[in-house]
Amino acid sequence: MSSAVDDITLPARRGIGRALLRDPMGLAGLVLVVAFLAMALLAPWIAPYDPIALNVKAKFQPPSAAHWAGTDHLGRDLLSRIIWGARLALGISITSVGIAGALGLVLGLVAGYGPRWLDSALVLVFDSMSSLPMIFFALAVITVLGPGTTTLILVIVLVSFPSYARLIRTQTLSLSGADYILAERAMGAGPVRIIFRHLLPNVVGPMVILICMDIPVVIMLEAGLSYLNLGVKPPSPSWGNILAEGYNSLRQAPHIVVIAGIPLVLATLGFTFLGEGLRDVLDPRGAGRRWT
Amino acid sequence: MLAYAIRRLGLSLLILIVVMTAMYAMVFLVPGDPASLALGPRATPELKEALRERMGLDQPILTQILYFFGNVLQGDLGTDVWSKRPVLDQILEVFPNTLILGVVALGWALIMGVLLGCAAVIWRDTLADRLLGVLSVSVISIPSFVVAIYALIIFAVWLKWLPAIGAGQKGDFASQARALILPAFAVGVGWVGYLARLIRASMLEVMEAPHIRTARAFGMSERDIVFRHALRVAIVPTISILAVGFGSILSSAVFVESVFSRPGIGTLITAAVEKRNYPVVMGTVLFMTAFYLAVVTAADLLIARLDPRVRDVLRS
Repeated sequence: MSSAVDDITLPARRGIGRALLRDPMGLAGLVLVVAFLAMALLAPWIAPYDPIALNVKAKFQPPSAAHWAGTDHLGRDLLSRIIWGARLALGISITSVGIAGALGLVLGLVAGYGPRWLDSALVLVFDSMSSLPMIFFALAVITVLGPGTTTLILVIVLVSFPSYARLIRTQTLSLSGADYILAERAMGAGPVRIIFRHLLPNVVGPMVILICMDIPVVIMLEAGLSYLNLGVKPPSPSWGNILAEGYNSLRQAPHIVVIAGIPLVLATLGFTFLGEGLRDVLDPRGAGRRWT
Repeated sequence: MLAYAIRRLGLSLLILIVVMTAMYAMVFLVPGDPASLALGPRATPELKEALRERMGLDQPILTQILYFFGNVLQGDLGTDVWSKRPVLDQILEVFPNTLILGVVALGWALIMGVLLGCAAVIWRDTLADRLLGVLSVSVISIPSFVVAIYALIIFAVWLKWLPAIGAGQKGDFASQARALILPAFAVGVGWVGYLARLIRASMLEVMEAPHIRTARAFGMSERDIVFRHALRVAIVPTISILAVGFGSILSSAVFVESVFSRPGIGTLITAAVEKRNYPVVMGTVLFMTAFYLAVVTAADLLIARLDPRVRDVLRS
């Protein structure tokens, strides 16, 4: 293949994977994210024990051959809880970011395409929502609805959709002024064609980057609220619940907290590194901001 | 400048009103009224009715909202459902703790971030620069409450250097300062990375400016150029980021306060959420939102003063 042509067409779609693999940070992120996704998907088959089965006789055991990560205050196997915790953390964050992305897409399009007054009203809503300190808003919603997984997802959707909506709105506005869109319109293309043929392909890149950067925040929020006993209800093995229970037995069995923090750190690092790597590949204009 | 200031303040006030109306309406959109939720399933109808009356829930919703705004303007954020103490008193009692935590955390993060960012510019495109880059991305993404828990285990439980819980003895400065070290470390550490990145990026842009080229031509050392001339310009964008970042600092503080059982806004509101103590939750959210908006607005006005080009933005 001729390399000169390759250089000109960068970033070509098949070049994305290769460029990502060449960047050590992006590669590390990709490996971590794939590992956690595999853990989440395969949890029932790879977890050595039932994550909520009690075995009080074997409580507070340090790591051993039978329990690689030890056991907690009720004798539950910590490794199994962490593996199932990956399923919870990723399940909740991917669901809520997916909904937030879809909602942001629709509202962003409405704001960008709709009448001026609607645009101003929506922008005021987006601004108001993102000018609240996130956690206080989340806590207010939890007070009203009561803690639980559904509330958690709703809270995450509410705090994260404005950034997606803004991204889509900005792209829509800049696109609707472009000459080639004007030409399309002159040839009789309707909004559906313009949105699907021109707008969406243009926002996929920034959306993917935003999602990758958003997921660590969401994982943190899920774990943090569960840690405060305001998120996923025990005995579900959320990483936050494991940390909270380990914190209560900090003096008898410090291994619980030490081990339970590791997946949280690695998962957030993984998605952030992947997001950084993808930004380099997908958003060449932003490359100057990147620090490698 | 005055016109800009008025517009900017008006926008903040509008956002505050929208936020509070939305919050207040939210309580009424869900099934079950606040009084029965707060009292729990075993409350008698008479008890509920009494509490509803005391909270003003028997009035039409529009009247309630107007009452609510009227009271807020008079500095009355309502009373605690359980202890019957005014909410504002409870907030003001613990707010200084949270404010000190936030300011100290942001302060040390700013100093470290500026130093590391400048170091990265001086050593740019070397291995040290790359390592600092990876390190700052890493600390940005690690959740602060996990940092808090690890710091607590290492420095308070194992090494026993610093207290594990509380905010120190009242009136004893040394004890209060010691109790502040670990929480401030945990809250600020992510911001060290973030600010280092920001300073580095904005400084690299400044380094291309003509006055820097002139300084180079006069034979100034790279270090003098960075600290004496480039930093002054490069720090301006950081001001607005710092103000916006104060919101996420407050969010981290909520979790970190809980890890260290440190009295503050975070421990106040989480306890209130658990007991579904509506007046305390709503009052705290309103107080913190207003405080945060005030910080952001002040920063915007400061920037507009420093950089006249910004003043035109709101006009368009």
